Amino acid sequence: MSEFDTAARAVQAALDAGARYADVRIMHRRTESMSARNGEIEDVGQYESAGVGVRALVGSGWGFFAVPDLSETAARAAGARAAEIAAASARVPGPAADLVPVAASTGSWASECAVDPLAVPLSTKGDLLVHATKAMVDGGADVAEGSYAVWDTAKWFVSSEGHRIDQRIRECGADIAATAVGEGETQRRSHAQYGTQGWELIEAQNLLERAPRLADEARALLTAPLCPAGETSLILGGEQLALQIHESVGHAIELDRILGWEAAFAGTSWLDLSRLGDLRYGSELMNITIDPTIPGALGSFGFDDEGTPARSRDAVREGIWVGVLAGRDSAAVAGLDYGGSVRSDGWARLPMVRMTNVGLEPGPHTLEEIIAGTDDGVYMETNRSWSIDDRRLNFQFGCEIGYEVKNGRLGRMLRNPTYTGIGPRFWQSMDMLSNEIVAWGTPNCGKGQPGQIGHTGHPAAPARFRNVRVGVRA
Amino acid sequence: MSELDVAAQVLELVRAAAGGAEAEVSVDRSVLALTRFATSHIHQNVADDTTSVRLRLHLAGRTASGTTTVTDPAGLRGLVERTVAAARLSPADPGWPGLAPPAPVREQTWDEATAHATPAERAERVRDFVAAAEGMQTAGYCRTVRWTGAFANSAGHCATGRTASAALDGIARRPGADGVARLLAGRLSEVDGVVLGARAAAKAAAGADPVELPPGHYEVVMEPNAVSDLLNNLALFGFNGRLVTQRRSFAEPGADQFDPSLTLLDDPVLTAPYDSEGTPKRTIPLVEAGRTVAVAHDRRSGAEAGSASTGHAPPDGPSSWGAIPLDMALAPGDPDAPPAAEVAGPVVDSSAAELVAKVSRGLLVTDLWYTRVLDERTLAVTGLTRNGVWLIEDGVVTRPVQNFRFTQSYPRALAPGAVLGVGATAARVPDNWALGGYLAPALHLASWHFTGGASG
Repeated sequence: MSEFDTAARAVQAALDAGARYADVRIMHRRTESMSARNGEIEDVGQYESAGVGVRALVGSGWGFFAVPDLSETAARAAGARAAEIAAASARVPGPAADLVPVAASTGSWASECAVDPLAVPLSTKGDLLVHATKAMVDGGADVAEGSYAVWDTAKWFVSSEGHRIDQRIRECGADIAATAVGEGETQRRSHAQYGTQGWELIEAQNLLERAPRLADEARALLTAPLCPAGETSLILGGEQLALQIHESVGHAIELDRILGWEAAFAGTSWLDLSRLGDLRYGSELMNITIDPTIPGALGSFGFDDEGTPARSRDAVREGIWVGVLAGRDSAAVAGLDYGGSVRSDGWARLPMVRMTNVGLEPGPHTLEEIIAGTDDGVYMETNRSWSIDDRRLNFQFGCEIGYEVKNGRLGRMLRNPTYTGIGPRFWQSMDMLSNEIVAWGTPNCGKGQPGQIGHTGHPAAPARFRNVRVGVRA
Repeated sequence: MSELDVAAQVLELVRAAAGGAEAEVSVDRSVLALTRFATSHIHQNVADDTTSVRLRLHLAGRTASGTTTVTDPAGLRGLVERTVAAARLSPADPGWPGLAPPAPVREQTWDEATAHATPAERAERVRDFVAAAEGMQTAGYCRTVRWTGAFANSAGHCATGRTASAALDGIARRPGADGVARLLAGRLSEVDGVVLGARAAAKAAAGADPVELPPGHYEVVMEPNAVSDLLNNLALFGFNGRLVTQRRSFAEPGADQFDPSLTLLDDPVLTAPYDSEGTPKRTIPLVEAGRTVAVAHDRRSGAEAGSASTGHAPPDGPSSWGAIPLDMALAPGDPDAPPAAEVAGPVVDSSAAELVAKVSRGLLVTDLWYTRVLDERTLAVTGLTRNGVWLIEDGVVTRPVQNFRFTQSYPRALAPGAVLGVGATAARVPDNWALGGYLAPALHLASWHFTGGASG
């Protein structure tokens, strides 16, 4: 029996048990990871996970049940169990649940992959991490760490509306970090990148070439002056701006948060749906798209986990908030006509609104021009810490390294650089944006209960922001 | 087939495929059910019944591990074949710490009714919570977990275990003010939605129209939910033996690093009775009367430190995260005190209220949110308050305050002389990402550094 047939049996069992709608995700995921420290491999792991997850709608109540058993018997039982759980939801009922229409698609999609990352010999991968971490130790790191991760996911989606979709998504990425330990503090420099690509993505990171410089910078940071506190012009590197987008735009435009569905844990949003279409989010340089079609970016797919085909959509256009990340049910509640941004962290978890690739369109400048055009400010690079309130408004981010900017040139290295602000005020202060866009991958986006880890992409480039509070108040 | 049967079968397959290998097998079956509510109705009602098998083996000086949820004979064969192949191709592992020797494990909390709770029983707790909030909007979850597992290794050690728990975590909301109540328990029958809903609603009701206070250093009473964040970060970055060895942690066994009023344990009650290397878990003092006395180790970090494993290999297997004490328990101020009582107003209970009464001017902090480490070595953390802050004047809560951002070294806030009081009783608080939680009393601290207000 094919996965489609198994999934169809589960859908039918849910309908037979009283569901008015049901959908099923069968997923088979292979994961591989390896980590090294100070020139030695610490851990090599290979993981296989396969199962069936059924979502059922009974009346206005949703239910979900999942089991790691792809037999027809287990799939039917899971369908019935999902409907039983959905029926229990009626004990504390809500408003009528609905789904925005999506054409019943049948289709296949696969991410681009030039070099199958699971086919690359473990010894080759291990050599890369060993040599990269050894190079960082030789360069002065007290602790040098390196790791890579590979995810190879095949999934089949069937719904009671007639969807039959299969996808294969291969993702991978690597991370190296040099830590220097001083008297009473540590300093760190790192590089990481993830995408829906094959091993070619990791080869393109040139980890061996980067490693000595990272170690050298971590060591130098121990004796660098502290980033001064005050208001100044802030230039962010592209990787840090990707994180800024993720936290202060991506999460804020999640429709489930806006509707209060995540209020108890992940939080809500400062955005009010009544202002969709006229709220000024940022400066006119700010154009943010929701685009799961970007080849190789970590948030790319052919269909989301409700069967909605991938398409690009504006979230912010010339600074005005115009779009949200939505699912079929949340869009129906909000009176919108599109979903398309729902995914689950494997077969055992309920699909929910997640970022896809949420990022900036390019600006007119280069980083060199931005620095040259800044008389007095701070340049910061690579995220070290991130914290933002439950409405996605008040943030403080720390970076690994900073530099003074004086009279159009980079000056002294600065340690412990941080900056803080209020989302829309910060974005409205963006007055220069580079055209050097890179789609940075975030493989560790936590959301939901039970917790789910999402993979998201964020096209970003260096940019300048005016009158930003940097450093930490004494 | 029982979990122990599966473990034995995998070991047998390893013997056939790679006779000389050192091997360990964990089999975990987790039935996790979570009835989630928002805007005062159940909106996500989920359950899964997942068995996973983890194999780690050391073969000819090389180590690899593999996990699968496919537990039919072909799936288990595939797991062994892949892991053996991975070990043969892996780089050398000169730091292999060897397998855990045979040792007995203790029995954990088990309640049959909780282990087999129904969706209807969880929905009843949600209904009670929603009703007790008296019309305020509510959100949260009621969760039950059943875990059964087995461990076996080629050194002759085998163990089984089981545990069950329940939790309710919810907020009540008014415009501009949320209130929270949380409880983790070994029995679903101990989870009272009426009590918790009323507690959350009382906080939300008392939080209307908060004022903004200037940033600065404030004396604080941290309620158990806020204290659980301190324990979480101390576990991840402080008492993590691997970070201690790497000099990335502040923890220094033998040093008087905390106020003498603090005694901190790792006390596994509602989690597995052994770690992922099979080492039995036990109650371990980490801080005794202010003195750091131990840190957590798995077998590798223990060997590196010249010490032994304390049973703290992470649940998914040893990893670069290190060894983390996941069951942190801060001893209450009075072990003989009767259970805390509900009190009127925003203070969580009578135990915290006793601390509030001793504050001449300070802040009552319900909860901390989105805390992130700025520097591991000093455990300097930034984050925000959440779910209610109030000004305390002359021992009385006088008015609600808007949320703050803070930047604070956690060890410094708990240093000798910095703790002015420890709540007489402790509450069990669920963790959001693990199935266990924290045992935390309220704390009265001399100073907490708030670095920004709601306006930035």
